[in-house]
Amino acid sequence: MYHTIVFLPLLGCLIAGLFGRVIGARPSEVVTTLFLFISMLLSWLALARVGFGHEETRVVLFSFIRSGELNVDWALRVDTLTAVMLVVVTTISALVHLYSIGYMHEDPHRPRFFAYLSLFTFAMLMLVTADNLVQLFFGWEGVGLASYLLIGFWYHKPEANAAAIKAFIVNRVGDFGFALGIFAVFMMIGAVDLETIFAQAPTLTGKTIDFFGWQADALTLICLLLFMGAMGKSAQFLLHTWLPDAMEGPTPVSALIHAATMVTAGVFMVARLSPLFELAPTAQTVVTFFGATTALFAATVGLVQNDIKRIVAYSTCSQLGYMFVAMGVGAYSVGMFHLFTHAFFKALLFLGSGSVIMAMHHEQDIRQMGGLKDKIPFTYWTMVIGTLALTGFPLTAGYFSKDAIIEAAYAGQNPMAVYAFVLTVVAAGLTAFYSWRLVFKTFHGHPHDHHAYDHAHESPPVVLIPLGALAVGSIAAGWPFKEYFAGHHVAEFFRESLKQGGEIIDAIHHVPFAVAMSPTVAMLIGLLVSYQFYIRRPDIPVRLAEQHELLYRFLLNKWYFDEIYDFLFVRPALWLGRLLWKRGDGWVIDGFGPDGVSARVLDVTRNVVRLQTGYLYHYAFAMLIGVAALITWFMFGGR
Amino acid sequence: MTGWPILSVTTFLPLVGALFILMIRGEDDIAKRNARWVALWTTIVTFLVSLILVSRFDASSPEFQFVERHAWLGGATFYHMGVDGISLPFVILTTGLMPLCIIASWEVIDTRVKEYMVAFLALETLMVGTFSALDLMLFYLFFEGGLIPMFLIIGIWGGPRRVYATFKFFLYTLLGSVLMLLAIMAMYWQAGTTDIPALMRFAFPPEMQIWLWLAFFASFAVKMPMWPVHTWLPDAHVEAPTAGSVILAAILLKMGGYGFLRFSLPMFPHASMELAPLVFALSVIAIVYTSLVALVQEDMKKLIAYSSVAHMGFVTMGIFAATTQGVAGGIFQMISHGLVSAALFLCVGVVYDRMHTREIAAYGGLVNRMPLYAAAFMVFTMANVGLPGTSGFVGEFLALIGTFKANIPVATLATLGVILSAGYALWLYRKVIFGVLEKPALAAIPDLDRREILVLTPLVLLTILFGVYPGPILDMSAASVAQLLENYQQAIGTAKAAALMK
Repeated sequence: MYHTIVFLPLLGCLIAGLFGRVIGARPSEVVTTLFLFISMLLSWLALARVGFGHEETRVVLFSFIRSGELNVDWALRVDTLTAVMLVVVTTISALVHLYSIGYMHEDPHRPRFFAYLSLFTFAMLMLVTADNLVQLFFGWEGVGLASYLLIGFWYHKPEANAAAIKAFIVNRVGDFGFALGIFAVFMMIGAVDLETIFAQAPTLTGKTIDFFGWQADALTLICLLLFMGAMGKSAQFLLHTWLPDAMEGPTPVSALIHAATMVTAGVFMVARLSPLFELAPTAQTVVTFFGATTALFAATVGLVQNDIKRIVAYSTCSQLGYMFVAMGVGAYSVGMFHLFTHAFFKALLFLGSGSVIMAMHHEQDIRQMGGLKDKIPFTYWTMVIGTLALTGFPLTAGYFSKDAIIEAAYAGQNPMAVYAFVLTVVAAGLTAFYSWRLVFKTFHGHPHDHHAYDHAHESPPVVLIPLGALAVGSIAAGWPFKEYFAGHHVAEFFRESLKQGGEIIDAIHHVPFAVAMSPTVAMLIGLLVSYQFYIRRPDIPVRLAEQHELLYRFLLNKWYFDEIYDFLFVRPALWLGRLLWKRGDGWVIDGFGPDGVSARVLDVTRNVVRLQTGYLYHYAFAMLIGVAALITWFMFGGR
Repeated sequence: MTGWPILSVTTFLPLVGALFILMIRGEDDIAKRNARWVALWTTIVTFLVSLILVSRFDASSPEFQFVERHAWLGGATFYHMGVDGISLPFVILTTGLMPLCIIASWEVIDTRVKEYMVAFLALETLMVGTFSALDLMLFYLFFEGGLIPMFLIIGIWGGPRRVYATFKFFLYTLLGSVLMLLAIMAMYWQAGTTDIPALMRFAFPPEMQIWLWLAFFASFAVKMPMWPVHTWLPDAHVEAPTAGSVILAAILLKMGGYGFLRFSLPMFPHASMELAPLVFALSVIAIVYTSLVALVQEDMKKLIAYSSVAHMGFVTMGIFAATTQGVAGGIFQMISHGLVSAALFLCVGVVYDRMHTREIAAYGGLVNRMPLYAAAFMVFTMANVGLPGTSGFVGEFLALIGTFKANIPVATLATLGVILSAGYALWLYRKVIFGVLEKPALAAIPDLDRREILVLTPLVLLTILFGVYPGPILDMSAASVAQLLENYQQAIGTAKAAALMK
């Protein structure tokens, strides 16, 4: 069964990718989508068997790398943590496949698109079933490749190409840390499979690694290096710059990869390695800090963006920060809960945005929209449900998971916990504000582009069915699962797959009432301000922006991170490259080396030597003399 | 043993084919066609014969196998041949790539076809000989002799600045080979033999090891090439015809790494340990420096050439880390790079044959007209970047993980190459393949033809196969690597004990 879950998408990818042009676009779509739905059904079955039936398994496929004591297998490890991810990945992927049949129906390269989608799903499944760090890295880079290919799917757009490369390279910066983390684990433990690592990890406490003269605590260093990988993949503060640009890809891609699944890989990785992180409190503090900072930072930028997809993208970035806060304070199951619910409502928001974009003929600027709620009512209502869930409106899925994170931050025991609590509450208010701003500006008020408005029409059923399914998920993913992720059944549900102390869950249930209410209050404030600004008095935000021009520009330009990085890294690298090439290679090495010498030699032999023959004979001659000398040496050498 | 000298047959079969070609009379089309077919069949049969080596090779033994030993030159020296797990992969790489090179040159080379094919076949003999010679004298002959056909290939069938490139190549290698020759003489003087297995057991005095090591290093570092003696490579590649570039990158560069494994590490263990920091420094500089230089190249071949230097940096670093993973990674990286760089140069050749320029700026949007080409190029680009699932990853990963155990700062700095390689490789891909097809000259460019598909398909398959299942290569060399390192550690241990005794 597990083979089928993982390899059906690969098979679909190969069929669509290799034979797509032979069998045609429609069969390619049908095959890949059908395979994903089978995979999805089996995944839910797997969750039932593993999560509720307690049947963890480990399937070894075949040997990957064997060299000395390094022993890496291709293997599928299925425990509850994996099963949850299987469900998330295959469910969203299946719905996105279905949605894409409608969304991409005008594109001439559909087989390629579906092949990429299935390739991505396969890589993501390899990632979540990884039994060792190398396979995890394989899946990690595999989803990176799929992301690169899909962001750049419309290869004729220069922005799409630039965004694709940016995504790949920024992720590589994170992977630099990830790779070093794997090396360090191998150096200290002599193995890279999770079983051995978890068993040996406690023996590492107190050991140090000399890292460029810094006597680093081994576990802290390992966890920080690995977390660097997570920061890249999950677009955390400092390595977040690629995610908003990734919105250049087709919208279904944004929903699947850049909202629901791939970007949560970093969160999954920390949860997967919870036995390591639990032993490295310093690293946990760092994780909390970055999570909280990202949650607030991305929310502030989201306040002023005008591209419908970018708003949702910043919101994704911010929500990932929440998940890391949970990881940092040791509430792994709570973080996984938010990952689970977030997948549904964020995919819904993206796919809903896609439906809006289709209705508006590929217009993405919310300033050009308005009043669409009567034109596309189904999309409108599903978007409202998604927004309610995202902002944590009571009884929606997001309400349960997000509140649990904020309570965990309050109850957390590390030095950054208070910081995280304050920032996440504030971010909850901001989230409500910008999310409703999006809804109000898009669906309410007056249309700004009358031509597009008049031609706007509801999407076909193949697009609306996934929206409906995800809307159901955005509500149903919360309450029924609450006890398993953040309640009394956590230990029994996750068992060995997470190393989580029981105290944090208890602490969550005993936070003061005011703390428990704070995110809801912040959310309501955000909603009311948004209503005031965009429904009742649309002139206020305009005035505000004018009054605080500097702040507005700062936020609109995303804290100028792209400019700073360009100045700090990109330009110097190119400058240095040119310098080393022209000056280093051309002037110093060649100048004093071959060119200098040859200039002297050529002076002498210019008129004698012609073309290839000259040097060649010289060489052959020199070699012959050498050989002759050698033989003479042997013959008369007397030995 | 096996009854017939299978290794010698593999080595000299190409030369027999070359003789047949020399017997072809005339310069007309029929003569050309015959020359091509003879060359192709010779290389194919050679490859098949070399596969017998694989099937009969006992991977569990670290000893030299298929050994042939005859007195030669009046008993002054021996014709001593044999392969172990370190050299056999290179022999197969050589014989395997040869038919592809001949096919890739099929229509492109239209002048002096006979001579061209003879040069390639002679080159094959000399390359296979280099990897299977077990006598220093013989090794020197093959090793240096191999350069002559290469000079010819670049100098006669090369591009406009071929004279400059050949001369630069010549100058660098001359320096290296003179020093190596002196070292060989000194070794004979000291040990009284040029037999490689005997020399591996011979313990040279530590001070002498340093000098011998440096002399061999001069030759191998140029061949590798290591920074700062790498500048001949970009020029040689740019001027060489496609198949010449393929052989240069895929095989000739590997002779340096092979030399380190066959001579430096086992014969001069003390010096290898003492001078490892030098190699580390040069390797890390090579990785970072040449990757940065690759970022700003305007010529496709130059970019790939610089990336080759960077990739070879991982090899030298891994070998001198002297850990199992480091050495195995170095070997794997060389084989993988042999496949991937060969494929990348073939890919450049494909568009060069159509447009007659290698300027990156002259291309753009090829995917619109050449989807198959774009797909193949993508596979090789990702292998060049070291994406897991391609062969490029396994070598880099093993070399790095092996070095990290030995020296953390070196491995860390070298890992920076992982970021930079993504930069230059994806930038190249984007400029050439993606975008809108705007340039009028490209409007009618055809996709891969059957011959090109025939050449690139096996490389695509092997790149992915070895990326997912590197076992065949790793297992083949595992026993020899283990023994190499065991002897190395033992030698160092004895040296240390001796130093303590003083």
